[in-house]
Amino acid sequence: MLQTAVLQWPGRWTKKPRAAAPPQFRDSSQPASLTVKSPKLAVTLEPVQHEDFSSLVVSVATTRDRSAFARLFEHYAPRIKSFLLRQGTDPAQAEDLAQETMMSVWRKAAMFDPAKASAGTWIFTIARNLRIDAIRKARRPEFDPEDPAFVPDAEKPADEVINADQMGCMVREAMAELPDEQALVVRMSFFEDKPHAEIAEQLRLPLGTVKSRLRLAMRRIKEHLGDRA
Amino acid sequence: MSDRLMYHPADESLLAYAAGTLDEATSVLIATHLSLCPHCRAAVSAAESVGGEYLDRVEPSAAMKVSAADVLAMAEQGGEVARPAAPQACEIVADIADMADMPRPLRNYISDVGIKLKWRWMGPGVRYAQIAGDDASEKIGLLRIAPGTRLPRHGHTDEEYTMVLAGSYESASCRYRRGDVEWADAAVVHQPSAGREQECVCLVVTRGALKATGLFAPIIQPLMAI
Ligand SMILES: [Zn+2]
Repeated sequence: MLQTAVLQWPGRWTKKPRAAAPPQFRDSSQPASLTVKSPKLAVTLEPVQHEDFSSLVVSVATTRDRSAFARLFEHYAPRIKSFLLRQGTDPAQAEDLAQETMMSVWRKAAMFDPAKASAGTWIFTIARNLRIDAIRKARRPEFDPEDPAFVPDAEKPADEVINADQMGCMVREAMAELPDEQALVVRMSFFEDKPHAEIAEQLRLPLGTVKSRLRLAMRRIKEHLGDRA
Repeated sequence: MSDRLMYHPADESLLAYAAGTLDEATSVLIATHLSLCPHCRAAVSAAESVGGEYLDRVEPSAAMKVSAADVLAMAEQGGEVARPAAPQACEIVADIADMADMPRPLRNYISDVGIKLKWRWMGPGVRYAQIAGDDASEKIGLLRIAPGTRLPRHGHTDEEYTMVLAGSYESASCRYRRGDVEWADAAVVHQPSAGREQECVCLVVTRGALKATGLFAPIIQPLMAI
């Protein structure tokens, strides 16, 4: 079986017929890398194995494993930097923030919970927060589960709890199914550090149209969660 | 609370919060809502895993100037960028914070901004204190409405998010309680009225001024100052 979702530059999923099995980017029987032609440039996709990266972070946390860190650095550091550059960060600052993110990975590895997020998602949130701090000079408060006012999740039967792997599958499945116009605005939401109004301007669309496309995309993602939640 | 139907922020705001592109004022409101809403926490973590997928798949075209060993050396030296000090205990909001059982993201934000809340009279039974923001961007503030008070009918020149922290209010025959979020834009003209059981405390994020409509325009001048 070929990939159910294929990435094109810059980071978009194309639709494929829905497979019976949950989508997987690759399995061991596939070639080591896959080249995708796009009108602009060819992109070589490295195989992505979320479980491996997650257990590398766990090794860093539990045994201060330096070679596990080196492998994480090799995969993520240039990607964080490239991601930041795509968001319009200047090159020197993108380098600094990528270094800072990786330093946080080393220091905060014990806070990583592989049941809750993939390594990629966790590292994405670290880089995001550092960028907001450094570039936008803005605050972005986060909820605190230790807060006395915090309303915890309802208890769910064990088989209904979604783990990070299932979440990854569902999100990939949902992304693969998004109509192009919705996928575009979702992609721009992540890759362009811009408010919705500027995205609308850039696409020459009314703001309401951009918002409703994002809403539809989020609804679809939530529906996928709802399938198994 | 999680077992009743809640009114949630718009999905595109949750997505922008996850992507890290949402403005500061709205982020405070979203984080406060997330403290109270497991449903939206799940939506945000789904959106964050979209970000994680993008990170795993972005073309690693930009090479790093340092090696893993360099970064390890820096991390172990403690060569960390100075973090801002943790917000000190927030006496400035103690009264309202206790009354509204204010979730931490908001409580910490107010003490971080470091202003003393100044309550302005907005009309009979209505007071407003601005926390942060200006006319050019988003403004965030707290609204206190005495039990049973009916606000003047008003519209909006732009968007407005209101989230209930204490008490309740009714607007367009929907009842908003703690944690609930109401979204209004230029198309919405509403006349909220506070529940009779206790004072209603709301977090309000506005962009653009409120605008008065029709005959009520003169009464609403103070509200337009939000
Ligand atoms: Zn919610």
